[in-house]
Amino acid sequence: MLEVDLCNLRLKNPTILASGILGVSRELLQRVSDSGAGAATIKSITLNPREGHHNPTIIGFEAGIMNAVGYSNAGIEEAKKEFADLSGIKIPIIASIVAEKPEEFALLAGEIDSLHQFSAIELPLSCPHTPGFGLLAGQGTPEATSAITNAVREKTRLPIFVKLSPNVPGIGELAKSAEKAGASAITAVNTLGPGMLIDINSRKPVLDFKCGGISGPALRPVAVRCVYDVYESVKIPIIGVGGILTGRDAIEMILAGATAIGIGSGIYYRGMNIFAQVCREMEMWMKKNKVKSLEEIRGQAHA
Amino acid sequence: MLDYPVGVAIKEIINENSNVKTFVLDAQLDAKPGQFIMVWIPRIDEKPFSLSKISGDIAITVQKKGKATEKMHEMRAGEVLGIRGPYGNGFDAGKARSACIVAGGIGAAPLVPLAEALQNPEFILGARTKNDLLFEERLKKCSELYITTDDGSAGEKGFNTQVLERLLGEGEKFDAVFCCGPEPMMRRVFEICESHKIPLQASLERFMKCGGLGICGQCSVNGIRVCADGPVFGNEMLKKMLEFGNSARLKTGRKVPLKEYAEWRQK
Repeated sequence: MLEVDLCNLRLKNPTILASGILGVSRELLQRVSDSGAGAATIKSITLNPREGHHNPTIIGFEAGIMNAVGYSNAGIEEAKKEFADLSGIKIPIIASIVAEKPEEFALLAGEIDSLHQFSAIELPLSCPHTPGFGLLAGQGTPEATSAITNAVREKTRLPIFVKLSPNVPGIGELAKSAEKAGASAITAVNTLGPGMLIDINSRKPVLDFKCGGISGPALRPVAVRCVYDVYESVKIPIIGVGGILTGRDAIEMILAGATAIGIGSGIYYRGMNIFAQVCREMEMWMKKNKVKSLEEIRGQAHA
Repeated sequence: MLDYPVGVAIKEIINENSNVKTFVLDAQLDAKPGQFIMVWIPRIDEKPFSLSKISGDIAITVQKKGKATEKMHEMRAGEVLGIRGPYGNGFDAGKARSACIVAGGIGAAPLVPLAEALQNPEFILGARTKNDLLFEERLKKCSELYITTDDGSAGEKGFNTQVLERLLGEGEKFDAVFCCGPEPMMRRVFEICESHKIPLQASLERFMKCGGLGICGQCSVNGIRVCADGPVFGNEMLKKMLEFGNSARLKTGRKVPLKEYAEWRQK
């Protein structure tokens, strides 16, 4: 009932572990798979190892999570060892790569492709809090999005998911530039902001980077609107991400036009079981409303 | 949910020894022994510390090693640290009737409130030298205290694990063992408990980022999150954790031998 086809990947359900959450090791991906996710995305990897920003890097506030992790990761060489054999994991695993230049993106994509372990490659061109990457490097413009997507397309036949920022004037236009350059799907969206929290006792910003991207419930209505806009602009599928905690939230995203949905911060609210819980809640709604497949309701909010 | 650091004043600073200070904070928490808080040193860092005192005002006990703890050791009463938590599962003291607690170095911190919650447990306190021994006075009041030092400057010369083995060899029956300390020591305690079929609860340490939120994966040991699934683990979980006593992840997420991790943590 929940099966979806995403760029020829068969997902048993539409829930996908979003990038940046838990995806640092093969064993954690296995655990996410065991928890019922339909697919999982690894934490973004770069050419060289990165320590990222200093702590505090991740905090929870009243309406969501704010983070400025800063792409800490062990680099592509370590990633090749960590993810050398994903064959025991029965769900599609999506690689996520970030770089400062299109050539580096292409190089990383080639490395990922030649591992033969990943089912797709995601390109987050939308991080709001890491100098050299994403928005702070101007990767969120139609020109840069196009150049990076093109460069990666030349190195791989794997599906390419381009992850966009909600913090742009016209997300539909941006999605079109990605589609035209060879993107197979759009992941919408990355975190919102950046925002800032100040501790009133020490009188200092709480995050060490001072500001960070906002995810969780605060992001959800923005993400829904972005998915809605992207659906009106492109033909390729959309992975809707942003504050999805329940089956209701997932159905809402599908109605806005998403084919699959990402879950990240939701693990903070509902634990690892959130994948199975969201699926069960979606099925209950579908049965009650006599909906036989997600295909039936996809984009229905546009009618 | 409120999971961002809130500034609280340091109420009192106790010098435990030349390298270790206890910070009593102007804060009260509903917490269990073995749970931890994330402590924010504004503009410097945020790190996990287990609670060394829970009733009344909470306290953390901090060994000076690395930039953040050096800064903490320079702080004075009245200055502000940010805290969030408590996090983690904590020790389950519930059914223990004849417990043995094994502490190594600064690992004694979460075990003192545990000892105070139990009925006169046996407590094996190990340290490198006499100067490194912690909480001796508090422990004498609530436990049957054994002391070991690596150099023999106080108590018995040798390791705390030797005392545990000897007590078991002499026929002592423990229905629970609790431990916290350097990981090779805890690995040894685990092996001893396994061979004597005694339930163990060991409190692990790993570098953390989200620290208690359970979402970043940084602190994972074979896919098990120290911050959210632990930090206290029993025999069955420890058996699955092949990295326990062997390897840990640096800030980049790279997995390295435990020795390299320990050296990095001193910076």
